[in-house]
Amino acid sequence: MTKTALQFRHNGRDVALFVDGGVNLLVALRELIGDMTPKFGCGQGGCGACSVLIDGELHLSCLTLAETVNGRAVETLDGLKDGPNLHPLQRAFMEQFAAQCGYCTPGMLMAAKALLDRNPSPSRAEVIEAISGNICRCTGYEPIINAVLAAASGGRARA
Amino acid sequence: MPVTVKTFANFGEAASALSSDRSARYLGGGTLVMRALNEGDVSISTVVRATDLALTRIDVASSRVTIGAGVTFARILAERELAFLHAPARSIGGPAVRNMGTVGGNLFAPSPYGDFTVALLALDATVSVQGGLGARDMPIEEFLQSRERQNGALVLAVSCQRPAGADAFRYRKIARVKPKGGSVITLAAHLPSSGGRVSGARIALGSMAATQIRARAAERALEGRALDDTAINAAAAVAAEGVSPADNALGSAWYRREIVGVHLRRLLSGLE
Repeated sequence: MTKTALQFRHNGRDVALFVDGGVNLLVALRELIGDMTPKFGCGQGGCGACSVLIDGELHLSCLTLAETVNGRAVETLDGLKDGPNLHPLQRAFMEQFAAQCGYCTPGMLMAAKALLDRNPSPSRAEVIEAISGNICRCTGYEPIINAVLAAASGGRARA
Repeated sequence: MPVTVKTFANFGEAASALSSDRSARYLGGGTLVMRALNEGDVSISTVVRATDLALTRIDVASSRVTIGAGVTFARILAERELAFLHAPARSIGGPAVRNMGTVGGNLFAPSPYGDFTVALLALDATVSVQGGLGARDMPIEEFLQSRERQNGALVLAVSCQRPAGADAFRYRKIARVKPKGGSVITLAAHLPSSGGRVSGARIALGSMAATQIRARAAERALEGRALDDTAINAAAAVAAEGVSPADNALGSAWYRREIVGVHLRRLLSGLE
């Protein structure tokens, strides 16, 4: 089986690798690039733990054929922080106790980022809609919704 | 197991590759085929893709709208001219699935998925298919009845007439998790009227049989009548005629038969 050459932008950095046919983006990110922030949850598109942004759009990396991101920009949770400084969403998640076991958190943060990038002051209903593809089995969602709303209003206050 | 991925710039070449290999599957948004690969489906050894822009075209210029098979639900939601299809598009998955899942792929989504196709069935859509023998248009009902044999064909586009008015087309999805969840039942109704009476009603149901089906007895109960309580009750009473739902984690076959009439009554009465 031949391998396919693949080049894309990973959190602002160019990467080049060879992938087997049929390999999904989640495997490429975790096993070939070593970015462990996207998680494997279901492999079916049901849980959202593997959510990443491709050219700014929220996608499920487990259902994305790796070679389809050739030439595109992939953002994962690993690229959210700026050096030692956490992203406002990450700070809000910490302050609002929005992570318990933490397995859904990378996907939740990317779904929330996709929302805030296009709508900096969402309503509660819009936040619920934005994270509706992400399953959390610990928090009951309320702290997560509050954290996204807090990050949105915090961002406004600083602006 | 590694598979061979074949990517074509032209949909005709992709269709040839697909029809000449029984173990080839077409990869659209990935929500069905990548899922199958992740689950280790060994029946797929080749994945065929097409980057042809013709597959992602939306044409809303006339009273008949044409939507390329590769158009995602997110794009339908961004298209104001397709407002009548926003409710079914919004009822599918979460934002990530709507950014990926396509209209063409939804035609192949097994129960409890395939909600968009329920809407297309009620709207009497036409499916354009490119097979080994060339392109042809077929009514969506014919397509669904032969769906198992359509894996070797490439769906190019779907088209349908716009509904006469906002009230002439109605859609309702019953799910246990809101706003996202698999369907217990999905209902869509196209109710053109002439002189205050229903003329040419089409009612489609999802998750009520192996594929999306029409509720023909309910359609007949409405035909030529005003959409009043009597007609609605008559349609609701026969809504379960001809259905063969399955048991799954979202609901039993018995439950689905029991409630299909209730939800059809609510859909036809305009109740939320």
